[in-house]
Amino acid sequence: MDLIKTDGLFKTYRLGGGDLAVLKGVSLTIATGELVALMGASGSGKTTLMNILGCLDRPTAGSYFFDGQEISRLSPNQRAVLRNSKIGFVFQNFNLLPRTSALENVLLPTNYVEDGLSAKAARQRAVQWLERVGLAERMHHEPAQLSGGQQQRVAIARALVNNPRLVLADEPTGNLDSHTSEEVLQMFQQLNTRQGITMVLVTHDANVAAHAQRVIHIKDGLIGDVLAAGPAGGPQHA
Amino acid sequence: MLKITATLKTAFRALRRNPLRSALTTLGIIIGIASVIAMVQIGEGSSAAIKQTFTSMGANTLIVFPGAAASGGVSFGGGSAVTLTAEDAAAIARDCPTVAAAAPMVHARLQLVRGNQNWVPQFIYGTTPAFLKIRDWPVVEGRPITNADVLGANEVCLLGQTDVRELFPSGKAVGKTILVQNVPLRVVGVLARKGANMMGMDQDDVIVLPWTTLKYRVSGSALENQNQNTAAASSSTTSTDQLYPETAQSLYPTASASEQLDTPQPVSFPNVNGIFVAVPTLAQIPQATQEITTLLRQRHHLQPGQPSDFNIRNLAEISQALGKTSTMMTNLLTGVALISLLVGGVGIMNIMLVSVTERTREIGLRMAVGAKARDILSQFVLEAMVLCLCGGLLGIIAGEGLSSLIKHMLHWPIAVSVPAIIASVAVAAGVGLIFGWYPAWKASRLDPIEALRYE
Repeated sequence: MDLIKTDGLFKTYRLGGGDLAVLKGVSLTIATGELVALMGASGSGKTTLMNILGCLDRPTAGSYFFDGQEISRLSPNQRAVLRNSKIGFVFQNFNLLPRTSALENVLLPTNYVEDGLSAKAARQRAVQWLERVGLAERMHHEPAQLSGGQQQRVAIARALVNNPRLVLADEPTGNLDSHTSEEVLQMFQQLNTRQGITMVLVTHDANVAAHAQRVIHIKDGLIGDVLAAGPAGGPQHA
Repeated sequence: MLKITATLKTAFRALRRNPLRSALTTLGIIIGIASVIAMVQIGEGSSAAIKQTFTSMGANTLIVFPGAAASGGVSFGGGSAVTLTAEDAAAIARDCPTVAAAAPMVHARLQLVRGNQNWVPQFIYGTTPAFLKIRDWPVVEGRPITNADVLGANEVCLLGQTDVRELFPSGKAVGKTILVQNVPLRVVGVLARKGANMMGMDQDDVIVLPWTTLKYRVSGSALENQNQNTAAASSSTTSTDQLYPETAQSLYPTASASEQLDTPQPVSFPNVNGIFVAVPTLAQIPQATQEITTLLRQRHHLQPGQPSDFNIRNLAEISQALGKTSTMMTNLLTGVALISLLVGGVGIMNIMLVSVTERTREIGLRMAVGAKARDILSQFVLEAMVLCLCGGLLGIIAGEGLSSLIKHMLHWPIAVSVPAIIASVAVAAGVGLIFGWYPAWKASRLDPIEALRYE
């Protein structure tokens, strides 16, 4: 079952006089439960693609099916609901709220749950995820009191608190040293294998990409080589 | 509901992250609300104080004067008719529901003698104890005159401060006796100082005594002094006649000398020169006037269409000016306070704009994890409103403190104004909503992608 299926995605920005095409017809599929790396140099369009995959942005043309639903025509509010319930984000710079405890940071997405979630249930879930990322003892610490690796693990717990179908990680190890990077990447692999969560790691780092089952290369707004790094997945190039 | 409490919690948390800034931002609202509260309450207090002052000056008194007498086409002017009686005064006090008190008044202009001092007071009031209540005039020393004094025409009097000064250089007047028209009057009390009235006349230059005493014992002919009609009829009245009653040409059968000295002088008309009427509030003056007119016309057996034989005067002009002045002052001060509230609101808006810029990344993150534009909008509006409401509450406390401080220092009758407090809370919330809206709207319009990338 394909979680993500795009067909001929175009994204064009209007800059000054002319148009700047960033994505020039990207078609790809990602199956449920995959751990995929999206690789490309800066300026290749990988961030734009990630924004579209993460429902933060809309393609100029082309179709995008997420979890069987056509996304490209959804209104901003509908996309917000979708992001809240089905997509988790992990950022390079963690993006934790300062002077706010780890627990409160993890609870953030639960504030926006559509049908409402009791405070108790939300808390229970947040604590559970903090335990899974190994920060049960530090849930009342503020980001400034945590190391970079711990901060990123809080961010991962936050991405997972609403039990999403997809986790999108944008350079998740960009601000970490190699040792903690390894820890975080292992955590991604662990979550992927144990919880069966589909993961997309956006990176320009081959070491990071090496942890993925499959690497999708993007270059100049087009999909390049697809390498099966792990056991799963054949060529998904369309 | 849950969402609102969650958003409220978020707002509080965001404000707590920067306590000093939040406090300083709120300061504008605190000062604004405090000044609105203080101004309204001080305004009300000062207008009550002014009203009290004017009341003691007689702003809420009506004076009923007799109408004009006329003889052969010659009018003798207002107050010359002999139609009002002490019974009229009693009836007004008894039968008019909006009248608080009524007292008859007999005028005279007589010389007071004490030892080798003498003095002619500006005002000589022959009246009843109700007069002191109507004029809000306390007795500071001794006792007031009583109804028993009036019924017995007792030879007692109350002196004003000026007369005490003129007649008693020692300053001790109570219990002493003064002579008026050779009638000894015991000073039973001294009236409080009142100062000049609105015409600049010294109100303390006064002697108050029972009207029966003045009319029947002291100045049997005071009527004639006041009434040109009778005065014209008996032109032979001079001061020597009064000093030596034997030589006076009397209108009546002459009584023996001892009879004349021992019994009150027979006066044909038990009339009074006027009736003072107190009305509880300025607003009730028209109604009281109406009631008194109806009652007196009935008592005087006047037919419909026949002109009234009395006039009712009030100090309406003064009371109107007074009302206008105090309203204007309160409005002016409240206006100034509202401007400071506006400035406070602009301060809130400014800080909220800074806050939105500063927290662009946070907004982007919130949007990425599923916050809708509406959520962001309500979060920032609520933050501004929480700021303003906290400021409003502190401002109410500060305003109450300020007004009670003024109450203690200036002794103004300042009362806690509940409408002002309710209005302040509403205004604070309104300021938060209005001035918080634009920054919040700006925040909600951010593009999550750009907001996340914002440095």
